[in-house]
Amino acid sequence: MKTVARADEAGAVTPQRGSRRRRAVPGVPLPLLVPALVGLAFLLLPLLALLIRAPWRDLPDQLTSTAVWQALQLSLVSATAATAVSLVLGVPLAWLLARTDFPGRGVVRALVTLPLVLPPVVGGVALLLALGRNGVVGQWLDSWFGITLPFTTAGVVVAEAFVAMPFLVISVEGTLRAADPRYEEAATTLGASRFTAFRRVTLPLIAPGIAAGAVLAWARALGEFGATITFAGNFPGRTQTMPLAVYLALQDDPAAAIALSLVLLAVSIAVLAGLRDRWMTASS
Amino acid sequence: MTHIDETPTGVRAEDVPGDGLDARLVVARGAFRLDVALTARPGEVVALLGPNGAGKTTALRALAGLSPLTGGHLRLDGAELDRTPPEARPVGVVFQDYLLFPHLSALDNVAFGPRCQGATKAEARAQAAEWLARMGLADHAGAKPRRLSGGQAQRVALARALATRPRLLLLDEPLAALDARTRLEVRAQLRRHLAEFEAVAVLVTHDPLDAMVLADRLVVVEHGRVVQEGAPADIARRPRTDYIAQLVGLNLYRGQAEGHRVRLEAGPAVATTEELSGPAFVAFPPSAVTLYRDRPAGSSARNLWRCEVAGLETHGDQIRADLTGELALAADLTTVAAAELDLHPGAEVWATVKATQTHAYPA
Repeated sequence: MKTVARADEAGAVTPQRGSRRRRAVPGVPLPLLVPALVGLAFLLLPLLALLIRAPWRDLPDQLTSTAVWQALQLSLVSATAATAVSLVLGVPLAWLLARTDFPGRGVVRALVTLPLVLPPVVGGVALLLALGRNGVVGQWLDSWFGITLPFTTAGVVVAEAFVAMPFLVISVEGTLRAADPRYEEAATTLGASRFTAFRRVTLPLIAPGIAAGAVLAWARALGEFGATITFAGNFPGRTQTMPLAVYLALQDDPAAAIALSLVLLAVSIAVLAGLRDRWMTASS
Repeated sequence: MTHIDETPTGVRAEDVPGDGLDARLVVARGAFRLDVALTARPGEVVALLGPNGAGKTTALRALAGLSPLTGGHLRLDGAELDRTPPEARPVGVVFQDYLLFPHLSALDNVAFGPRCQGATKAEARAQAAEWLARMGLADHAGAKPRRLSGGQAQRVALARALATRPRLLLLDEPLAALDARTRLEVRAQLRRHLAEFEAVAVLVTHDPLDAMVLADRLVVVEHGRVVQEGAPADIARRPRTDYIAQLVGLNLYRGQAEGHRVRLEAGPAVATTEELSGPAFVAFPPSAVTLYRDRPAGSSARNLWRCEVAGLETHGDQIRADLTGELALAADLTTVAAAELDLHPGAEVWATVKATQTHAYPA
């Protein structure tokens, strides 16, 4: 509903904006125009360079090599699994933050968003200390259940989920805050427990927000590098995801690195296109 | 002119058998305190009438369990509900803006309650279809709420609340969201459905007409307290606060009765036909007031006051004059009369009311 309203708004102002812009461009002060254009070029040039230097002729061979397939497959599987973990844990967490009031909620909220700004490498080190074989929790996982996370594919999922989940939580929490909590009240007066009200009423209402959050989290997980290489290492076929493969290939096979980068660029553009309504119209 | 009567009158808890609603709702929230005693027999429709901010919706939320009580008690058919969570109360609510679940069809909205009460999907839908048919909405069962008109949405909301077979039905401003034309029609339908409803119904409204048409009994709430309670006709005839007097279109004063006159707190005395003594109210309709520009000579009216026009507004084909001076009052006159008298704000007039047009009653 919100998206529609935004789209309408944007649609309504477009003609006006267009005419205003045509008149306004000559009047843009140079001290603003020049840095703006430099900034634009700065953002676009690297992407352009990637397209210019791409080994288009060898591309089919590059992309069908087993190493690339392995990395791509691992990336897709682990990013999807990390998104699933984020959904299962993150949506309830977002509900807790949006719908309940407990002491220290603000602090908890800040801690949840910490991985957004934390250098991923630091996240990886922290994960090792927590879940590593000698980690705070990891030693018990190892001795009681025989579960070892570091340097395994599961470890990749853990590292990606750690970095990606905050994106989902923030997105879903925002949607929940915008959703009318009285629908939940109406459901309880009809005999629904709070959980039933959440499952049958709230969840369908905030589905678009959850989807957007999941796409964001998935994209973030797909590109995750620092935490992954620190916590899960770099073993081809097991923990070597696309970003790791790109970095490694750049040292001995630059053409392969470019090919891999193109794949990730294509995925990013696809994600952006998927979120077009939600993000791009909101900012226009 | 009047002050708020602190003791609710009319039907009290002891008159009501164990069945039905027996509540004293106390909710303290910051500086606001709601303290309302409310009783109703099964089959009775009670309207909580009051201005905005009087605490009506707070009372309704307390009955539904959506806001906790800070004191008092709540018994329904003999069962204590004070601590019962909303989902376990046999209470149905029709919300002001209906709150139909936008992602569910009308049928699934109505089936929601029975489903939560343990019916299978097929049973719940069968019951829902029956309710919709009873509301004349069988053709709209598959429609999503946004495709329903205001009147249809209202009926779906009513069906949804009734489908849980509540022992207490709560309606929050049930007609407020409708335009004037639909309102008339929906009000009549709602009245019929409420008459068929065998348990207690409590509706909250600030519209006296809705309250009088729909309810068997009115409970008037102002500033979180009950100021008057009784049958609609009684309340309309004998208002006890300015708010109700304005709602029903009466001039209302409070004073001391001495035989055939009531000496008003506001100053002058009003001659009446009733003979009373002690604290009393006296009321008369604006249409009973006659205005003159010069002091009428030989007028038989004993109620004669010198006033000044404070404001004029059209009221249908009438002009309503707000007067200040010896006695503040509202007077209705025809447009022609207003023009002949050359009324304008600040104009000096003499107002008279015949004693036979006034109505005095004990305070």
